[in-house]
Amino acid sequence: MALKKFVVGCFEDEKVLFPAVAKVRKSGYKIHDIYTPFPVHGLDKAMGLRETSLHTAGFLFGLIGTTTAVTFMTWVFTKDWPVNIGGKPNFALPAWIPITFELTVLCAAVGMVLSFLYICQLAPFVKRHHFHPRATDDLFVMVIECGDKTNEAELSSFLNSVGATEVNTQVAEEGWWIGRYDKEQELYKQTNIA
Amino acid sequence: MSLTKYESQLREPLVNGNKTYGQVTNDIVHTIEVKPTRLWYIGFYVSVVFLLFGVYSVYREVTYGIGQWNVNKTIGWGWDITNFVWWVGIGHAGTLISAILLLFRQGWRTGVNRAAEAMTIFAVMCAGQFPIFHMGRVWMAFFTLPYPNTRGPLWPNFNSPLLWDVFAISTYFTVSLLFWYSGLLPDMATIRDRAKTKLRKHLYGLASFGWSGSTKHWQRHESLSLVLAGLSTPLVLSVHTIVSFDFATSVVPGWHTTIFPPYFVAGAIFSGFAMVQTLMLITRKVMNLQDYITLGHIEAMNKVIVLTGSIVGCAYLTELFMAWYSMVPFEQDIFFKYRIAGPYGWSYWLMMTCNVISPQLFWFRKLRRNVTFTFIMSIVVNIGMWFERFVIIVSSLYRDYLPSSWSVYYRPSIWEVGFYLGTFGLFFTCYFLFSKYFPVIAIAEIKHVLKTTGESYKDEMSALENKGADSFYDEMHHDHHEEGTVKVAHH
Repeated sequence: MALKKFVVGCFEDEKVLFPAVAKVRKSGYKIHDIYTPFPVHGLDKAMGLRETSLHTAGFLFGLIGTTTAVTFMTWVFTKDWPVNIGGKPNFALPAWIPITFELTVLCAAVGMVLSFLYICQLAPFVKRHHFHPRATDDLFVMVIECGDKTNEAELSSFLNSVGATEVNTQVAEEGWWIGRYDKEQELYKQTNIA
Repeated sequence: MSLTKYESQLREPLVNGNKTYGQVTNDIVHTIEVKPTRLWYIGFYVSVVFLLFGVYSVYREVTYGIGQWNVNKTIGWGWDITNFVWWVGIGHAGTLISAILLLFRQGWRTGVNRAAEAMTIFAVMCAGQFPIFHMGRVWMAFFTLPYPNTRGPLWPNFNSPLLWDVFAISTYFTVSLLFWYSGLLPDMATIRDRAKTKLRKHLYGLASFGWSGSTKHWQRHESLSLVLAGLSTPLVLSVHTIVSFDFATSVVPGWHTTIFPPYFVAGAIFSGFAMVQTLMLITRKVMNLQDYITLGHIEAMNKVIVLTGSIVGCAYLTELFMAWYSMVPFEQDIFFKYRIAGPYGWSYWLMMTCNVISPQLFWFRKLRRNVTFTFIMSIVVNIGMWFERFVIIVSSLYRDYLPSSWSVYYRPSIWEVGFYLGTFGLFFTCYFLFSKYFPVIAIAEIKHVLKTTGESYKDEMSALENKGADSFYDEMHHDHHEEGTVKVAHH
């Protein structure tokens, strides 16, 4: 949680965006993030982001579901209360396949969605600073973090030169906070230290 | 990086008209931001009336008991379970469109998947009511859950198909809901960022969970959608398989057949697509979405209908053949004396006409692309599929092994019919609210395919088509090479 200074460049076409990303990275600027209205395939690779391992989490959650179902039904029917059902064996693995399968799917799906929400920090009442309202509509919004030595004017004109249609500088909170979207909040109080 | 995914010019565009990203947003979100039309209000209130009648019917059943229905000892599963299977089946098309067609990379699913998934969720909500209230003492419904209780603890029977159903339906509902809502998050954010009123900003702000459109989030979102699709695909097949096990694992002639699982799944997709057609044809007309739900979409769904309808027809004939071939007198009597003939023969032939014979007209392209004809057919198919379940349930039960308990005529009571009408009320109330407050078309997904399948972007493909395969490959290869060097430089 900290206020940071960002230079924001907006692109209207993904065909302009891709070469721009390569040029910005080559020039040594650090791309904070690119906000897009839809998943642009290949953009994560172009930005140098690593592959997500969310699917591994899904697999592990599924495994938890499978083991829970099998061990629980085994315990119930062979140990806790063995019931004679039509003279069939108590350990009736084939008959447990449906429930085992359903529980696997349930755990994998629920676990994965919760992991997704957790790692992306998404929840009701979560609020973020949005750099451009049209980032969820039709603009590709590239946000570059300013370091101590960044020359904002130079960076802005550089972004213009690689095809950004709108460039501005914003000081913003980079994390999320609890809030409502219909209310503006003052996150930091101006205090003058004498 | 070559951005253009190759899409043949011969393929029909999925988005008609000269659209930009901004227009796509506007076309879809606009209906949410204006007051609903008079037609919407009429439809909504009619649905609510049906829903209230359903609530009263259920109240009668809960207060006075199952005797409010005309089911009896012989025909224990009358309208109630017929309706249950019918509604679950309808839900299946939504998952087929959202999950299976995603795995098969069928581009046309993007226009209809959001509404179809919503339909799935509402249909499963309706379906769930029937077995729950069929229990009679509905306040005991939680007995089906395996929780540590004071009766031993006495656990439910995990070998019973009825318990499998509890797990299957609840899992299906949960997973469909998660899949649907995770896809909705970005679109909710789109509405939030356009919102002019305070209330809308607040509510869509809540609903969008603070979605920003970050590339990393999109990357995870894509992974999530793909895995959820991969999970939903076997799930949807398992759900109707398990529903068919309710019948197939019994020893009742007419139910005890191994053909049931594939036959039920095909039937489910068949009836589900018919319901999707009914809803989509109304939605595109009322909400002016003809550019997104095109004749091409309708034709594609009609193709699925004629395919699955033929599979179902094949299953009907196989059943008859196996009954004859088995040489089991009970089996033969059920099929040849009590099902295709006898007092319920009319329902069998109604089913045959609606499900097998009339959909064959969809072999004609002209009819597949005819909106009025498709609408009528979609209703016909849904009537036919309701009767399929009625035929399976009632005609196998009404003359069982003991002639003294034969029950010739079963007519539903008004409260049995009222319960069914009530679920229509529930379904359409939910659908009307959904179409008013939610984006009925997946906005982000349409934008994702716009540049390759939009009508005005199709021309760009001609340059690629003139290029020849070798140079196209070289270009792609070159791009990957360049990407590799960037990566090395980064490390």
